Order: sequence, then structure tokens, then C-alpha cells
Amino acid sequence: MLILTCPCCGVTAEETEFHPGGEAHLTRYGPGSSDDEFHGYLFEKVNPKGVHFERWRHANGCGKWFHAARCTVTLEVFGTYSAQTTEPPQHIKDKISAKRPGWSWREFA
Amino acid sequence: MSEAVSALNRASRDGFVRVEECGLQGMVSLRGDLDSAKLAKAVTAAAGLDVPETGRILASEGRSVAWMSPDELLLIGPYAEAEPMRTALDTELAGEHALAVNVSDARAMFRLSGRDADVREVIAKLCPVDMAPGVFEPGRFRRTRMAQIPAAIWMPEPGEMRVVCFRSVADYAMTLLGNAADKGGEVGVFA
Repeated sequence: MLILTCPCCGVTAEETEFHPGGEAHLTRYGPGSSDDEFHGYLFEKVNPKGVHFERWRHANGCGKWFHAARCTVTLEVFGTYSAQTTEPPQHIKDKISAKRPGWSWREFA
Repeated sequence: MSEAVSALNRASRDGFVRVEECGLQGMVSLRGDLDSAKLAKAVTAAAGLDVPETGRILASEGRSVAWMSPDELLLIGPYAEAEPMRTALDTELAGEHALAVNVSDARAMFRLSGRDADVREVIAKLCPVDMAPGVFEPGRFRRTRMAQIPAAIWMPEPGEMRVVCFRSVADYAMTLLGNAADKGGEVGVFA
């Protein structure tokens, strides 16, 4: 079971207090985009074994969205951070590098 | 106008902890920038209290102000005071990007009373929250999941716990709390 800390209210709770929101840091393509871009946005999600970035919502708590970096194999949570960002902050990347040297995820490493 | 009644009209159940529905309570939800001085002034004008810190509740003279989320507070007071509280907030916050709503009739409140360890145990059975003494103490305000429903819990004093949930699930909440508090169900985890 995942133990997440909501960066908005500081509460640490297990995953049933939260709701998963799928892959993080998607680039949204809407009207005006090509069919390939829209298809990629809708369907081409990564399903990595190891480091993964996700969106979560503190559904039964403060109700806010945030990001989480975790390992899909060990369920270890490297850290959670604000939803108002388009890429993982450096301190999160550093934490992952310390534990999973050489990791990469989409364009981040 | 018809007479207002609370969801369960003060129903109660006695187990190793007493569970009762609190009857009509005044509750005003306030959304806005919690760091703004104008909002702090409005909260003081409406409830006579400061804006609580993250995850805390302040109480004085029958009024409470609880921290709900980074942009939301819940003001609690007597039922008849809810509308004056909302009006006071509206007046003070004129021109500010904020919203005060009287949610008194959309919520239900429960009171659990008994031995401190027992009261903690009833909540611990239902919520994924560490209720250990020293971890959860009076002054904390925690929104969480109570079995299948969202709820908010706090401890006005040792041996007493308050639970707020949506009115529509009040009956479910009463059954949950009552069953968890039934005699013979004592686990003694905090004893």
C-alpha cells in the first residue's frame, strides 16, 4: 500500500484517502493539433517498471491535486510535489538519482 | 417557514462510547486567500477567532474555525448564528475574491464521548488516521475517509470527538459510529 504525503495540507496518509489521476506531466493537445498528437496525448501512456510520475488528488482530505514520484516495483514513494509545475523539481530528481542511479522517465532523467 | 431539523434529530446510541448526533449546527464554508489580511479580519469579525494554521481548529465561546484546505475554512457556531456569520463575512469581504456559503443544512455533526482511549479507538476503527495519544490531540482538524464516506474529525477535549460529514450520509455515519462503539467491540488498542 502506498503512503503519500499531500504537499498541500501536509497530511501523510495511505492511498485510500487519495484518488489516482494517471500519468503526470502530460502535454495536452486539443483543437488545432494533429491527429497523431491528439492520439498520443489520449492513448500513449508509459507503463514503466521502476520510476514513475503520477498525479494524485487528496480526494478525502483537502481536495487538492499534486504530483507523486514513486517506484512501481517497490511502491517506494520518492516524494510528492506541487501540481503547478510542468516538470519534476530538482530536489525530487536528486532523491530519485540517489536511490535509482541512471533512471529516466520520458524526457526526464 | 417550516421548522428546521437536523438529519437525525439528535439520535444517539450508547455503547462503550456514546454516539450522538449534535442536532442543528451553524456551519459556514469560506473560500478565499487564507493569507490575505482582509480575510483574517473578516473571520475575526464573524467568529471572533483568527485564521487557524494548516490542519488546525481554533475554538472559543461556542464558535470554531477549522482549516479545511489551502483555500477553505469552516466556521462553526450556533445554528441561528450561521446566517449572521455569513452576512458578516460577505460585508467584510466585499470586493475580495472570496465566497462564504451557509452550509448548515448540508452537513451533519456527531459527538462521541467516553473514555479518551475508547473514543480514539472508535475513530481508529473507521479512519486511516493515527489516533494514538500524542499524535492526534485537541487542536488538530483532520479531513479523512470514514469507511466509505468523507468526514472531518477533531477533538474538542480528551474524551470527546466531533465528526462532520455530509447530511445525505448522516444515517450511514451514525450506523458506522454506533456499530464501532457497540459494547463487546472494545479492542483496547489505546488502553
